[in-house]
Amino acid sequence: MQRTVLPAVTLALATAVGSAFAAPVNYKTPDEVAAFKPGPNLEVVQGNCSACHSSDYIATQPPMKDKKGFWQAEVTKMIKVYGAPIDDADVGKIVDYLAATY
Amino acid sequence: MFDRRDLLKGAGVAAIAATLNSTKALALDTVTLPFANGERPLVKYPQKRPMIGLTSRPPQLETPFAVFNDGPITPNNAFFVRYHLSDLPYNLDPDKFTLEVKGKVDKPLKLSLKDIRKMKATEIVAVNQCSGNSRGFFEPRVAGGQLANGAMGCARWRGVPLKAVLETAGVQSGAKQVTFNGMDGPVSDKTPDFVKALDLDHATDGEVMLAYGMNGEDLPFLNGFPLRLIVPGYFGTYWVKHLNEITVIDNVYDGFWMKSAYRIPDTPNNAVEPGTAPKATIPINRFTIRSFITSVPDGARLKAGTTTLRGIAFDGGKGIKEVQVSTDGGKTWTSAKLGKDLGNYAFREWKLPVKLDAGSHELKVRATGNGGETQPDTPRWNPAGYLRNVVETVRVSVA
Repeated sequence: MQRTVLPAVTLALATAVGSAFAAPVNYKTPDEVAAFKPGPNLEVVQGNCSACHSSDYIATQPPMKDKKGFWQAEVTKMIKVYGAPIDDADVGKIVDYLAATY
Repeated sequence: MFDRRDLLKGAGVAAIAATLNSTKALALDTVTLPFANGERPLVKYPQKRPMIGLTSRPPQLETPFAVFNDGPITPNNAFFVRYHLSDLPYNLDPDKFTLEVKGKVDKPLKLSLKDIRKMKATEIVAVNQCSGNSRGFFEPRVAGGQLANGAMGCARWRGVPLKAVLETAGVQSGAKQVTFNGMDGPVSDKTPDFVKALDLDHATDGEVMLAYGMNGEDLPFLNGFPLRLIVPGYFGTYWVKHLNEITVIDNVYDGFWMKSAYRIPDTPNNAVEPGTAPKATIPINRFTIRSFITSVPDGARLKAGTTTLRGIAFDGGKGIKEVQVSTDGGKTWTSAKLGKDLGNYAFREWKLPVKLDAGSHELKVRATGNGGETQPDTPRWNPAGYLRNVVETVRVSVA
């Protein structure tokens, strides 16, 4: 009995003690389920905005009176401050989508 | 904003997925935070209980407020999560983890986790609070993470004083600041990496800590495993997660996240006229003083008679001197009994039995710190939605 039990105990101990240092973390986040709402130029928005963040970042922004001004400022911030590589031709399309949809 | 049908559809998909892969369970339910567009999914992440989901990439989770009524220590699995950039070190290997200490030091260091754990450990109970905690309540509203009051928490942190590590490395004369970088980073190399700085005097005050332990366990992955900076009394933006690079510099760090982001007006109370921009700004720093009623949610129905109100208070490090409660909308105030003192940086519990007659009541709570500062009756405003600390009001109907 002891011969079979002891290795099991040793193994369990080694697992417990070494748990923090045993292997890479391999942390798994849940799948992203939030999606952009349907709207004009949706594919342009998906192609640009989704590169760096999920759509819920947009969907949870507050309802503003001047929607166009608000979203223009946000898109400009993404380009100027965070270096988003958005084509000039796409900027207006993205702002229109955001102002019309959120 | 969530369409009910989408949610139901999402929940169905999640339920099917859950049988295949336990990491895919999502959208357990929704909560509605008390401001416009406040509907949020409750989401379940590994090492976390169901949390209020703000964004999924990068992961941002808010603590359900009821947790704060369970005691002055926020459990690890309920502690809020805030990231800026989406490239997280999901596969980091703690065996290979190295903290580098470099720059204006005599002896640059490369420390493993084992090296750090061998050093003399210290502990501190301290609140961490997101700079944008409560941003959703700002009026006029401002862009950014739209949080209610759950982007805060109090934990017992275990680790080594940054001072001891810097002494080992030997800070050279002329050093001015220390910068901190973690393993998380941007998706695009055009996005500024998240790096924060503290003045050398602050970094070596003996309280700023490199923590590997939280409430007696390893840090949860999303709270910075395996090592994070603890800056007691300071907003969470300085508490760099997955910390692996400390650099001593002889100038004032001018990276984006210090020079342009996380700035507050350089005005009295760091406030400006709502809707206006400040002329000059400074880096955000210490917490403003706050207090909350945790035992009764807004809109609650209570029985007439005696009810014991409970809650928490905290400030930027001087400690809580007094908590007062009003049951008549702020006309009269009564001092509450303070709970156990876990240190000047911790949540301080309070309680007060009050007698409530039938009718509607506005319950208010107001803390005063050992330095004399207290909370304003009307909200202060700044363009980034930081520092909220207005006297909180809970409306109840009593019958």
